[in-house]
Amino acid sequence: MPKTVIPIVALPQSSQEMVSLYQSEAKIQMRSVTGWFAGWRWALVWFTQLLFYGLPWLVWNGRQAVLFDLAARRFYLFDLVLYPQDVIYLAALLIISAFALFLFTAVAGRLWCGFACPQTVYTEIFMWVERRFEGDRQARIKLDAAPWSAQKIAKRGGKQVVWLLIGLWTGFTFVAYFTSAHQLLADAWALSLGPSELFWSLFYGFATYGNAGYMREQVCKYMCPYARFQSAMFDRDTLIISYDTARGEPRGSRARGVEPASVGKGDCINCTLCVQVCPTGIDIRDGLQYECIGCTACIDVCDSVMDKMNYPRGLIRYATENSMAGNWPAAQMWKRVFRPRVLIYSAVLLLIVGAFVTSLALRLPFKADVVRDRGALARLVEDGRIENVYRIQLMNASESTQRFHIEVDGLPSAVITQGSNVEVGATQARWLPVAVQITPEAAQALGSGAHTLRFRIAASPSQVVTEKSTFVVPR
Amino acid sequence: MSDFSSNGWAIFVGAATVIGLLACLWLLFVASKRIPMADDNSTGHVFDEDLVEMNNPLPRWWMILFILTVVFAFAYVAIFPGLGSLPGKLGWTSQNQLQAELKAAEATKAKVYAEFNNQAAPALSQNPRAMAIGERLFINNCSACHGSDARGSKGFPNLTDSDWMHGGSPEKIEESITLGRQGMMPALAAAVGTPEDVRNLANHVLSLSGSAHNSLAASAGRAKFAVCAACHGMDGKGNQALGAPNLTDKIWLHGWGEEAIVAIVTKGKTNVMPAQGGRLTPAQIHVLATYVWQLSQPTMAAQSK
Repeated sequence: MPKTVIPIVALPQSSQEMVSLYQSEAKIQMRSVTGWFAGWRWALVWFTQLLFYGLPWLVWNGRQAVLFDLAARRFYLFDLVLYPQDVIYLAALLIISAFALFLFTAVAGRLWCGFACPQTVYTEIFMWVERRFEGDRQARIKLDAAPWSAQKIAKRGGKQVVWLLIGLWTGFTFVAYFTSAHQLLADAWALSLGPSELFWSLFYGFATYGNAGYMREQVCKYMCPYARFQSAMFDRDTLIISYDTARGEPRGSRARGVEPASVGKGDCINCTLCVQVCPTGIDIRDGLQYECIGCTACIDVCDSVMDKMNYPRGLIRYATENSMAGNWPAAQMWKRVFRPRVLIYSAVLLLIVGAFVTSLALRLPFKADVVRDRGALARLVEDGRIENVYRIQLMNASESTQRFHIEVDGLPSAVITQGSNVEVGATQARWLPVAVQITPEAAQALGSGAHTLRFRIAASPSQVVTEKSTFVVPR
Repeated sequence: MSDFSSNGWAIFVGAATVIGLLACLWLLFVASKRIPMADDNSTGHVFDEDLVEMNNPLPRWWMILFILTVVFAFAYVAIFPGLGSLPGKLGWTSQNQLQAELKAAEATKAKVYAEFNNQAAPALSQNPRAMAIGERLFINNCSACHGSDARGSKGFPNLTDSDWMHGGSPEKIEESITLGRQGMMPALAAAVGTPEDVRNLANHVLSLSGSAHNSLAASAGRAKFAVCAACHGMDGKGNQALGAPNLTDKIWLHGWGEEAIVAIVTKGKTNVMPAQGGRLTPAQIHVLATYVWQLSQPTMAAQSK
């Protein structure tokens, strides 16, 4: 196929003088919005925050239900006692999160960003506080322009105080996942927090205050990598927030009750409410943009305007690029949403979740590891018997004392002469020296060298761990 | 102290660091103003009919953070040793950080062991927490040679039996652990006589413990035992002050049988237990010695019955 060369076209030189490469971002005063999607957004705020702020206070088995005790290296999740060796479950959880992300992003775009991301959630909370003190968009714009007065100080100051308190409480809650929440509260009240607890509480508190109070959309626009690689997860069948250009253009105001087609206008009345409610300050009517975090505020506000104008809803709605281009009916669009890509993601996700849940359900409440002595490989004891010594590490992953019974098999006449029954306390790990002997006849028959030996470590008849090791017969 | 032989390298590193930091600031300011290339904020060219490259301004908060980073970097290299071989205002070195951390660890350790310091071995051996600590200390420090179950192997004493070359009291065990031991048996074959004599002596030694031996050779070798009695005693029961083993028991540290005894008499033997006093605190050695002592108690009790 002959190569087509498309020449690079130069645009006309700019008429502007020198400009600065650094620009102070224009402050976005977002107008508040209510609607069906906004309802869902607030439901998720309540759900995620009840979980986050509430979990550290739950008590289970006499201790905190969710506790990541880094110092003692035990991680408690309700009934589960996890060891650092269980980090594979964390890896599985992350893989599940990743595939879930791929799945719902392929289906409906940036659902995470607009509804569940902590940046969005905390910004919502902080903006609600701001509205309580300073009023909605118009009032805030006026307050920004107004000179400093007692009232302005009271409003701004009050807002700052509440913001700082929320930030501190958030930092405190975060640290409470790693130390006892009740103890932490008592320490904080007595002003005797440990240095690292104090530092991390303040750090996360300040991060919450800074990100939700000031940075807001700057995080989404400049810091978060998700904004940049979303285009890799979308395709033309992904549901995205779309402005129906065919229906809305040409935009412009018109008298109430007039049929838009009769005055040569589309359904969009150019009220710019969709721009006013946008937390990232874009105009969705320009099409898909990377700044759009999928918060659906523009959908809600446009629907409310359509209701007032008695036009059908959905001028801005969730639609796929293909359905917009081809003017598809809704049924066809929805059918295409469940395409091979989505089905494969779902299948993989189901498999991994299944494996994860099964593995957790079948998990034994202890771990065992056999380490053979290397300094003293083998020794001759009385009657000419050969003895090998091992160390067994027993890790009790439950919260009650466990009694272990240890046996060996795989070698004729092998018996444990020392350490076949042992007790390990709750969540304790213990090294146990164990000696195994075989008769001189068996040693003769086996010949010199290393032979496979199996240890069966049982906490109860149904909970057995088998570990392989070797038995050395000296020359 | 610089690792380089010439001071020139230190100056080079310091200069490169400072120049690099200043260069970052310079780059930031030099690039802060530009003549826009096109009115639509793009670089002024259209590729493939409709592709345009934007040149959006950076947010000012980003620039301020960048400057703060450079300021932080300057402060950091002033405080810590970052400029060549300059030591920095705080005088930090990794050695003195290690020393500080060791001191803190010692203080924490001392608190754990404090309650055990005043308890003598018999009482301490009944304390399950202390013995659990003792077991862990043993497994981490002693088991490489003495075995995880303390029964030793060839050349490494069995700590659970009743045979103690240097004394088996808790105080003597503490001494052995702290200072180490060196067992020295000189090669005495020349003093004994011919290889035939040595073999006879070996059989006599075997007879002392009632082990299998050649009676004729044993009686021939009895006279030669005077060479050994200086250290091992006339009755062969050993001398704990010298670390000379008891030859009348059936415990053979360096091998059993005539060949082994001949080899030792001919070549001598030096066996060393390394001192642990520099690695473990006295409090730890006290707990460890008690643990080792109580390992041999069942055998001692059985024997004394």
